[in-house]
Parts: sequence; C-alpha cells; structure tokens
Amino acid sequence: MKIIYFAWVRERTGRSQEEVDLPAGIETVAGLIGWLKTRGPEFEHAFENERFIRAALDQQMASNDTPLAGTSEVAFFPPMTGG
Amino acid sequence: MILKICIQPDDFDTAIECARLTEGNKNVGALVTFTGLCRDDDGRLAALELEHYPGMAEAEIQAIAEQVQVRWPLDGLTVIHRIGNIKPGENIVLVVTASRHRRAAFEAAEFLMDFLKTNAPFWKKEHLADNSGAQSETGWVSANDADDDAIARWRTSKKT
Repeated sequence: MKIIYFAWVRERTGRSQEEVDLPAGIETVAGLIGWLKTRGPEFEHAFENERFIRAALDQQMASNDTPLAGTSEVAFFPPMTGG
Repeated sequence: MILKICIQPDDFDTAIECARLTEGNKNVGALVTFTGLCRDDDGRLAALELEHYPGMAEAEIQAIAEQVQVRWPLDGLTVIHRIGNIKPGENIVLVVTASRHRRAAFEAAEFLMDFLKTNAPFWKKEHLADNSGAQSETGWVSANDADDDAIARWRTSKKT
C-alpha cells in the first residue's frame, strides 16, 4: 500500500511517500494510524494530535473507522488551507 | 456551460478568463470574479508556499463545481488555483462565474470559494520577512473555524 504525506505531516514524518506492507489485523484508518505511530518518534510526533489529521483513501476523504480493504493509496494531511 | 478547472504555478489574466466565458454567448448578463491575493499582513510575510494533492485537488474542485451547477443555472465557471511560491500582492486563486442574472453568479462564486477553502486539498506555508516574528512551529497556516462556519450556512440556506 502506498502512503502519501502532505504539509506538516510530511515534514514531521520526514518523507513524502512510501510503500508499506500492512501487518495483519490493520483494517481501518484508525488502525493504520495506530500502527504508524509504533514505527518511530517521527511518526509518534506527526500523529500525536489526531484531531488535526485528515485522511484520504484513493483520493476520497475518509474517517477514522473507514475500512482500508481494497485501498491502494492512503494520504495523511492537516486540515486544508487553500483559497 | 463552459467549465475550466486549472491548478498551475503560473499567474492568470482575469480579463482573458472573463472573455472566454462571454465570447459567443450573449445570454450572459452577469459575470462575477473573485480573486484571492497573497497579503503581507503589514509587512510580516515574505511569501506563501502553496502545496496541493495532485489529482485529488482537481477532483474536489470538480465535485464542488458539480454541486454549483445543480444549485445555480450558470453559463460558465472558471476556477484557477496557483501552487508554489507566491509573493505578497500576487494572485492565488481566481473564480469566474457567468450567468443570465446576477444573483446566480454572485452566490455560485461565493459557494465555490467557501467549499474550496474547506474541501480542496491545498495547504499554505508562511515564509516570514524576518524570522523573529510570531509564527507557528513550522509556518503552516492553521485551518480557520470561520471557514467551517461559512460552509455550514449553505447547508441551512434554501436552494435558489
């Protein structure tokens, strides 16, 4: 599965995208965030305040309990500030 | 109905974009433009850096444009959003709406901007004129509660 990071989530994780092999049992956005946070202090820092994290699955906005099944691209980013 | 959605580093020419929506269509009686500019906040800001999610940003604007067309009878709609480094005084975003009557053009432009700010994946980072000024941890602009309020009011307002 491809994971993309934007804005300060990208800066905190220190990467713009990566390919990951999901461990068994990770089935939702919340589960994925929980697992990412175990991968190191940079991920702990990026996801420390989940209130400010938005997620998109295959470019569709998702919520914490959205299932990951069938998803090829997950994106994490802060609330939007365009315009 | 002419629809143009464009995300680009380059500046845009509002007059050219307006002409595209009125050329050959004399049913257009109202043309509204909104231009969002980079402000320097009284000299505090040196530049804004605009980041976006390629693909999703275009798709979200397209989805908002479809909602706009359901609510208002438009003859034309243009949305151009710049990305990259933008200096104070420069353009960031352009919305042009064309319709037979003014109310549709005014409201459609406002609706589009309100939803673009909240739903389209763009992020602004501030680069300060001097580094001593007050700045968030990384310079990333925080989302504004007023923007959420702006879209909430469209959910309660009646369809025109």
